[in-house]
Amino acid sequence: MISDRDKKIIKHLQEDLPLDSRPFKNIAEKVGMEERELLKRIEEMKEEGMLRRLGAVVHHYQAGFAYNAMGCWRVPQEMIDEAGKKMSCYREVSHVYQRPSHPPHWPYNLFTMIHGHSREDCEGIAESMAEETGISEYTLIYSLREFKKTSMKYF
Amino acid sequence: MDSIDKKLLNIMQKDFPLSSTPYKDLGEMLGISEEDVINRLGKYKKEGLIRKIGGIFNPRSLGYKSTLVALEVKEGKLEDTASFINRYQEVTHNYQRDHTFNLWFTLIAPSRERIKEIIDSVERLPGVRKCMNLPSVKMFKIGAYFSLDEEGEREEQKSDQ
Repeated sequence: MISDRDKKIIKHLQEDLPLDSRPFKNIAEKVGMEERELLKRIEEMKEEGMLRRLGAVVHHYQAGFAYNAMGCWRVPQEMIDEAGKKMSCYREVSHVYQRPSHPPHWPYNLFTMIHGHSREDCEGIAESMAEETGISEYTLIYSLREFKKTSMKYF
Repeated sequence: MDSIDKKLLNIMQKDFPLSSTPYKDLGEMLGISEEDVINRLGKYKKEGLIRKIGGIFNPRSLGYKSTLVALEVKEGKLEDTASFINRYQEVTHNYQRDHTFNLWFTLIAPSRERIKEIIDSVERLPGVRKCMNLPSVKMFKIGAYFSLDEEGEREEQKSDQ
């Protein structure tokens, strides 16, 4: 169970951190704890895996990341772990997830997010991933329009 | 964008100082003043380079459930379907993609029941031909930060797995 105090901390920490000298003091006051206590708890939340990271969330497009492809792969069950691990080693690949396939419309069960300078770049990365893992059945899907992109607000 | 900007953006994505004076500490790392750090960060936000400075939490460890949903939506019904979906605060991302499954969205909710309720309501929309629920079975890698090197070339590294 998440304590009420943690919930309060999360509620504030998921918002934009103020751009003033003592941003954590500001949050600590609202939560009703000492600044030093809050910093210690944030550190613990990180260690416990509750907090993935604290810092800037960048817009990939504005930062120059024009092309990202969702690479979807059809991987035989017994090869999933090996393929997943190998694909995770690519610097250009940010996310690797196994998900259920829905045959016959959707035979793919391994999802990767591939980032490149151009479409050709993404294709080249996918080709080397295919070569290295031996998984030749895949599709690259590009986003055409962003309808929504927000951070989750918990509690 | 100068080399300080690039360094600052890199540090901001992975090693934001957990101290009482984080912006002052960042300034010390880069050899600039606290005020300069704050001004630069304010500028990035204004320009939309950074969306926010804050915490990214692990939904699972907070007791939340999440999934990815793909839809095949009839031509001409895409906008209506997308705006129906966007109304749910549990929907965090929603994209049109170049595939027969042309609308993809992610859901984070406090329970499996709530996830099912939302998917059911979307599935019943007149424009929706097919609907696939794709909850993750196994996570191999998640999240990345994007670093800018001295030449302004992009480089991506994993932040956590």
